[in-house]
Amino acid sequence: MSELAIELKGIDKSFGLVHANRNINLKVRKGTIHGIIGENGAGKSTLMSILYGFYQADRGDIVIDGKTIKIRDPNAAIAAGIGMVHQHFMLVENFTVLENIMLGAEESQILNAGITKARAELKRLEKEYALEVDPDAVIEELPVGIQQRVEILKALYRKADILILDEPTGVLTPAEADHLFRILGQLKDEGKTVLLITHKLREIMAITDEVSVMRRGEMVATRTTKETSVEELAELMVGRRVLLRVEKGEAKPADVKLSVKNLTVRDSRGVTMVEDVSFDIRAGEIVGIAGVAGNGQSELLEAISGIRRATSGTVLLNGREIDVTGNADPADLRRRGLAHVPEDRHHVGLVLKFEESENAILGYHDDAKYRRGMLLDVDAIRADAEAKIAAYDIRPPNPRLKTANFSGGNQQKIVLAREMERNPDVLIIGQPTRGVDVGAIEFIHKRIIEMRDQGKAVLLVSVELDEIRALSDRILVMFAGRVVGERAPDATEGELGLLMAGVEGRKEAAE
Amino acid sequence: MDVFQVFIELAQSTVRLSTPLILAALAGLFTERAGIFDIGLEGKMLGAAFAAGCVAYISQSVYMGLLAAVLVSVLLSLVHGYASITQRGSQIVSGVAINFVVAGSTVILGEAWFRQGGRTPALSADGRFGTVTLPFADAVRDVPVLGPLYSGLLSGHSPLTYLAFLMVPASWWILYRTRFGLRLRAVGENPGAVDTAGISVIWLRYRGVICCGILCGIAGAYLSLAAGAGFTKGMTAGKGYIALAALIFAKWRPKNILFACLLFGFLDAFAIRYQGYAFPLIGKVPVQLMQALPYILTVILLAGFIGKAIPPKAGGVPYVKER
Repeated sequence: MSELAIELKGIDKSFGLVHANRNINLKVRKGTIHGIIGENGAGKSTLMSILYGFYQADRGDIVIDGKTIKIRDPNAAIAAGIGMVHQHFMLVENFTVLENIMLGAEESQILNAGITKARAELKRLEKEYALEVDPDAVIEELPVGIQQRVEILKALYRKADILILDEPTGVLTPAEADHLFRILGQLKDEGKTVLLITHKLREIMAITDEVSVMRRGEMVATRTTKETSVEELAELMVGRRVLLRVEKGEAKPADVKLSVKNLTVRDSRGVTMVEDVSFDIRAGEIVGIAGVAGNGQSELLEAISGIRRATSGTVLLNGREIDVTGNADPADLRRRGLAHVPEDRHHVGLVLKFEESENAILGYHDDAKYRRGMLLDVDAIRADAEAKIAAYDIRPPNPRLKTANFSGGNQQKIVLAREMERNPDVLIIGQPTRGVDVGAIEFIHKRIIEMRDQGKAVLLVSVELDEIRALSDRILVMFAGRVVGERAPDATEGELGLLMAGVEGRKEAAE
Repeated sequence: MDVFQVFIELAQSTVRLSTPLILAALAGLFTERAGIFDIGLEGKMLGAAFAAGCVAYISQSVYMGLLAAVLVSVLLSLVHGYASITQRGSQIVSGVAINFVVAGSTVILGEAWFRQGGRTPALSADGRFGTVTLPFADAVRDVPVLGPLYSGLLSGHSPLTYLAFLMVPASWWILYRTRFGLRLRAVGENPGAVDTAGISVIWLRYRGVICCGILCGIAGAYLSLAAGAGFTKGMTAGKGYIALAALIFAKWRPKNILFACLLFGFLDAFAIRYQGYAFPLIGKVPVQLMQALPYILTVILLAGFIGKAIPPKAGGVPYVKER
């Protein structure tokens, strides 16, 4: 057994009544990638914030490189060789890469003296770890994958030997995530210790040496990654057996419910986001759209659901045209049987400051059953919310709680319950399980299959290829705004991956 | 009078009238770049002008007056800082409160202490800033064109005016070339980044607010010790708000602040000079319209001509550690 980089002994932390960490013990070996996995709210982020000096533990010791130390603030953590890449990047967006890296480590009162040195050191780090970044580029103009690279460089610049990454792939495309994993592998080869916080089992299996599982503030197990399985980890996380594979019967497609013809969408700058896309969806089938984020899927969803104006093309809902190039009215579309679960529940799907019951009827508040004359019928709305809470197992079961206080999975269930319970003909779902924990994913997948079996036409967009393959009856792959191919759900990941990267599709189009 | 002479005179009063605007706008720059919006520039300037008037009269020393002005203004800044940084209150409410408190209390205290209707007694030459005559100003006065430019426009201002204009490049240098400036700009954009880098967000923001207090204090002292000879009730007359408009107009950049303030100063100078003057074609323009010009211009320019003014991203938002 090699030396320990980090040892946590009996860490305990409460925020008021919430016991976020209970008597946590953890050993992380030097030069390994150690995963910490757990559902949202299991206490992973709190534990890491304690390690980085954001909070102080109520009890317990932190041992770094064999020395027991007190980490009172991030300064102490940096001094102890700990660097952290936060889930939401801690970068100043209108600063250059170099300025961000220097911030807090400037060395002298006057910047000029330090700049040359910083530039040289940055160049050395870039070379050593193959992390190319233009030091004079402004952060807000860089893609998120590169921004994350800047965060890693920031930590390395401060001579971090232990690197904590909190949900690093949440904002990345699959290709960017793969690149990140290669970087982490390289850091490990250089002798750095990496702590990877995530709730994605696949990442854990792909990259870690060891994995510790947290559940409800407790550290429930540590396993050697090679000797464990996705199923075992999922069970440890959730505390019960989880079905990772979705069981579904044969699809029975009937009439065409949604028909998209030659749809083209340009954004406000005139850039073509969706180009000449056509497809049909029949009642009783799920059509999945696969693709790397940013290849026009979002714009396609928005155009069909009437949020974004299309440049040209037609969309038929139940055989009747939707005015997608003019004034398609989302409220009208809803009345005509189209339900939409938007990709971004925080900005489009929910008003986080509203009560749960208010969000449960959002967009349907004009319905006669929620109204009493000009006023809202609060009793009816609460009763309706309670029924949905029961049916979708939304926790905590309190329709008066502020929506922001629900976990990601439960927030998503609020949106799903609202849209699915309308009994629509066509259901459009974007990223159904983004930021949702394993237990809730299982439930959401089951519900989507149920919708299909009830004879709804389902359009599913997700950047999680596994999800697309598990749920879809047909898969369309989008690349650079075009549908570059259609595959059956049993197509291999490699085959779909090539289409998503735009390699195969071009050939197909040329032939 | 020939056109050149008019130009020199207009330019000279533009410089004089811009001085307090430049100082106040730079004051706003330091605090707003740190993420603390300050609508209380007006109140701080007024408080400083009053303190300067009182202390300069009693001590017969202009420097004691200046010191008092800066002290009072910094104290008011710290009140604003305590309310908005430590107590995480609304920055707008705190700023407005300071404006009200100062507008009222200067009159009450002035009346109680000096019984001159809210004024402070007129200052003698010792209690005021004199003018600086640049070397050879008298000698070159008669040189055509350059002479009047040098001795009429560049020479003969209060030392605070020279200070104000020097503060423009100095502020730029502090903000963009020093560690303090880098951190100050960072804390106004993303305090989380500053906190995780191991720097105290609170102390940094307090320092921004104190810088604001110092500059506002000098601006106030200029009003009662250089432009005037003592404090008169409400003597800032909205200059704090104009400075705030200039700051937005200048998109929070030092160089732009200089031009914005000169523009507003010029409009003011123009309004004063051409009060009651019958323009060809238009005729007499009501003085109220002239006085309203800077405000009208701000609205028009902000509405469409300068593009989007993007304030510091974390401005106005108290920093709370994320859980």
